[in-house]
Amino acid sequence: MAFKARGTRLKLGFPAWGLLFLALWMLPRVLGTEEIPGHNSHAKEGFQIVTFKWSHVQDPYIIALWILVASLAKIVFHLSHKVTSVVPESALLIVLGLILGGIVWAADHIASFTLTPTVFFFYLLPPIVLDAGYFMPNRLFFGNLGTILLYAVIGTVWNAATTGLSLYGVYLSGIMGELSIGLLEFLLFGSLIAAVDPVAVLAVFEEVHVNDVLFIIVFGESLLNDAVTVVLYNVFDSFVSLGADKVTGVDCVKGIVSFFVVSLGGTLIGIIFAFLLSLVTRFTKHVRIIEPGFVFIISYLSYLTSEMLSLSAILAITFCGICCQKYVKANISEQSATTVRYTMKMLASGAETIIFMFLGISAVDPSIWTWNTAFILLTLVFISVYRAIGVVLQTWLLNKYRMVQLEIIDQVVMSYGGLRGAVAYALVVLLDEKKVKAKNLFVSTTIIVVFFTVIFQGLTIKPLVQWLKVKKSEHREPKLNEKLHGRAFDHILSAIEDISGQIGHNYLRDKWSNFDRKVLSKLLMRRSAQKSRDRILNVFHELNLKDAISYVAEGERRGSLAFIRSPSTDNIVNVDFSTPRPSTVEASVSYLLRENVSTVCLDMQALEQRRKSIRDTEDTVTHHTLQQYLYKPRQEYKHLYSRHELTSNEDEKQDKEIFHRTMRKRLESFKSTKLGINQTKKTAKLYKRERGQKRRNSSIPNGKIPMESPTHDFAFKEKELEFSDPEETNEYESEQMSGGIEFLASVTQDTATDSTTGETGSDVPLTGYSSPREKLPSWKPDQANPTSGPPEKPLLLLPACLQRPWTQNYSSLDNRGISTLPPASEYTKPYEGKPPETSPKTNSSQKNPPPANPGYGPENKGDSANPKQDPPAVGLKEELVGPAPKALPEKRTLLNMHAHLRSAAARRVQSRRSFHRPKPLRYPKLQKLASLPQSCHILPHSLEQEETQL
Amino acid sequence: MGSSQSMSEEVRELVSKTGFSSDQIEQLHRRFKQLSGNQLTIRTRRTQLTWMATRQSSWAFNHSSLQTDMFTSKENFNNIPDLELNPIRSKIIRAFFDNRNLRKAPNGLADEINFEDFLTIMSYFRPIETNMDEEQLEHCRKEKLRFLFHMYDSDSDGRITLEEYRNVVEELLSGNPHIEKESARSIADGAMMEAASVCVGQMQPDQVYEGITFDDFLKIWQGIDIETKMHVRFLNMETIALCH
Repeated sequence: MAFKARGTRLKLGFPAWGLLFLALWMLPRVLGTEEIPGHNSHAKEGFQIVTFKWSHVQDPYIIALWILVASLAKIVFHLSHKVTSVVPESALLIVLGLILGGIVWAADHIASFTLTPTVFFFYLLPPIVLDAGYFMPNRLFFGNLGTILLYAVIGTVWNAATTGLSLYGVYLSGIMGELSIGLLEFLLFGSLIAAVDPVAVLAVFEEVHVNDVLFIIVFGESLLNDAVTVVLYNVFDSFVSLGADKVTGVDCVKGIVSFFVVSLGGTLIGIIFAFLLSLVTRFTKHVRIIEPGFVFIISYLSYLTSEMLSLSAILAITFCGICCQKYVKANISEQSATTVRYTMKMLASGAETIIFMFLGISAVDPSIWTWNTAFILLTLVFISVYRAIGVVLQTWLLNKYRMVQLEIIDQVVMSYGGLRGAVAYALVVLLDEKKVKAKNLFVSTTIIVVFFTVIFQGLTIKPLVQWLKVKKSEHREPKLNEKLHGRAFDHILSAIEDISGQIGHNYLRDKWSNFDRKVLSKLLMRRSAQKSRDRILNVFHELNLKDAISYVAEGERRGSLAFIRSPSTDNIVNVDFSTPRPSTVEASVSYLLRENVSTVCLDMQALEQRRKSIRDTEDTVTHHTLQQYLYKPRQEYKHLYSRHELTSNEDEKQDKEIFHRTMRKRLESFKSTKLGINQTKKTAKLYKRERGQKRRNSSIPNGKIPMESPTHDFAFKEKELEFSDPEETNEYESEQMSGGIEFLASVTQDTATDSTTGETGSDVPLTGYSSPREKLPSWKPDQANPTSGPPEKPLLLLPACLQRPWTQNYSSLDNRGISTLPPASEYTKPYEGKPPETSPKTNSSQKNPPPANPGYGPENKGDSANPKQDPPAVGLKEELVGPAPKALPEKRTLLNMHAHLRSAAARRVQSRRSFHRPKPLRYPKLQKLASLPQSCHILPHSLEQEETQL
Repeated sequence: MGSSQSMSEEVRELVSKTGFSSDQIEQLHRRFKQLSGNQLTIRTRRTQLTWMATRQSSWAFNHSSLQTDMFTSKENFNNIPDLELNPIRSKIIRAFFDNRNLRKAPNGLADEINFEDFLTIMSYFRPIETNMDEEQLEHCRKEKLRFLFHMYDSDSDGRITLEEYRNVVEELLSGNPHIEKESARSIADGAMMEAASVCVGQMQPDQVYEGITFDDFLKIWQGIDIETKMHVRFLNMETIALCH
């Protein structure tokens, strides 16, 4: 009993694992003493440093070992793809169980470990059923509810009755020999063997991948027939104990009534607990950690409650899962949802593994075996034949009313998929040997039936499905269009039903969803969740995430993030956005994103998707613009970052510093001290104006830029830096970069529309603040690592394109005092040969600008001058294409560089306006620049490059 | 089988045209009368005359009120309380009067529809019959999709432009008060881009995607099962839904 206390404690500590542990505590009966070697026989008085207390830990230890064995077995099975693709796992586990049972038997000669009904019903079954309910595709389930119910209720009753009666008939003919079995016992046996088992069905059908409708019908039937099984079993069990002659008609009526009470009661319990659960999760905002626990505990309570009230526990927990899923998933945080998902899957598949293994182990017990060939064989024949007949009859009936007809092939699969499993075994073990004399025969027959259906049918159903060419379920990526059209169809259908005055599925669904939206969601969902909870939004969100991931993955694959931009930018730009479109970040989606920054990294599924989508990036990347760019860097930042740590150390240090600083700054949200305020304001304004200009620029087909602009741009930068101290530069930098990024994000819109700055202004903070830090490092490697680019010409070409944004960044870096930019110098190398005469220009600007109004000057002028800047903008593209006109394949890359270029160009254009100086003047300043730290040289160099191109 | 023999010519014609069974037609007619109420909005005289001519032999219809009930106008749909909550209600009602759907004209809206038109629209939603061959299935599928396409393409130019798409998406999502217009717009934009990438593939930089044509529309729908999506099971039973 000491262990019981231990078990309960475990359960409290770890709701999830505790259940399993407690469950398995029941499994083993205490091993013989020969397995307890060190029983402290030599324990003497005095303190002992180490004691060996096997008996102290024995039970949980054995449980843990069994779990370990089962889990290891799973690993072993999956080592060979060939085996698992042919043999279902459940069959393998049964065989393993048989072997292990044999070993235990050989060692012990007692069947020490068996699957007891208590363990099965209390601890192993609930996780599986909860998993099924919680992940039930609701729409599919309720869409086919009528069919499922018919199969579950009528089908099960039919199976039970026909099997029991037929066996009785055969028994009367005397083939089975002398058995002390009456009609009621046969019916009892029939009722427990009739039910299709959810665990077995799930285990086998998961690997077969038949189409959704077929799967949901078989699976739904196996879940819902529990009520029937329980009632039939209880009724016949009590009839048997009453005695055949004492059963009255009243009892039969009671039995029928009890069916409704049991099934509806169980469902009601489930719904009540689902309501509770949803309500509870609405208020768990501040206890995120234990959020997942509620899901398990409350659903488990629903199971226990209905068990307590002798209602259908399986129905209760199924409906608890089905009903709560929508609200719970909306309420709990993304991380909790992931936790729930994985824990549930882990518990369910763990329980399933244990069930099948112990089914095998339990079979190795000579004391339960009573062989009666006729009885066993006939049972097998009857359950298969009557299942088939039942399915055909019911389908014939159903097809009159079903919209999607169930064809012959489907019927074959459904008949063949009628697997029996652990539920039947647990029920038969529950029988009282005093009342049912032939219990052992029933037990052995059930075991044979279970093994036959799981192993033989499980083994053959796959080839059968392939041979019959059953429509398989196809896994497709969710498409936004599809979802939208699907939604449209839903509304159309319900409208048509309204108009034609029929009460059909669509009518009911429509009414329900209205009710749900108006009452339930408001009651059970967090306000924030209500906002973001929409299927289409979710798909949109998912696609965005996927794009983001594929974007980064593709960038990694190609060695730089620069490349990835090409397909998207190209495509997007060309979509005809004929109307002005505010580039506001889609509010709720971005809200979601901000809240769940880390989801992508945690989500295994997402990672899988990423791998998949590398192949079809071209398609997926085109989906969305803004959001995609917004947070992809954030998500994968660390990834990239750590990756590049390896390549260059100097560079990385800088990155880190920039990163930390900008981050700190951002956290302070521009309430910065000292001069910072001014600076921020100024830059923000600048930035805004730039955006406006960019837009104008980009509205020119090629987004070209005046030729001299680079110089002035640089000049502008320099001037700016001059009067700002390192700290602020930092901040400026972040702003600046965000400008670049932001622009990136909105290029497409800009080109396509001519929305005003005012409109777009709203998204500035979001984009600007979220992306810059990630963006910076991700780009940096690009230049530090020229090999990533295509050979020869592109090599030349690309740095040229990248140059501008980078010069800006570096310039600010330099001023801040971060010295030496090896990668940068490396990057400028290709251009070192170029004529130096241009550099003077840039230097001159450093001194020239009036220090008083570096920020405001350009602003004021810029606004008026902007429109005029459009024509000269053409220059930029020429400049870009100039170095490698033949590199046509790279055209796309180039084009998508435009995103950056344009932002840079815009800046340049402005600067030119404000700091227009005759060229000769600038020359003298060159000397000054030369005296600056090494890193500064880079800048002129790069600028040279630009100039020479022109 | 007795009923099919005694079926009037007119009903038989409708059966062959729309594919509904005579029971269903009778059922829908009852509903149609209910919808149109006592409003008399007859302008298309020709149709009415033919109807009146064929009416004589019709056992299926109630003779007394036929002349007044034959047409239903847009306002009549407003009498259906259940329809009020439908976010794309106006689009759906419009579709009932769309000449393209009525197979009458390439564009424009009809002022009112008679029972036959009503059935024509309804027949878009008939479930696929089990005995259809591949070609018929394909045709049926196309027809159904065309209906949806016409609903999107409000200006009948054979293209769903971005503007039109946005319009629809906004309406679709208008049921959820928490979704802002911008969200709907960006979703529409995203969908449009998706459509562009599906239909045109990788576009050239100078290419412009003007809108989704019907061929593109079919492409988008490729491989998607619409069996369950666009079918209504028309009952032979008495209608229950209310209408006032």
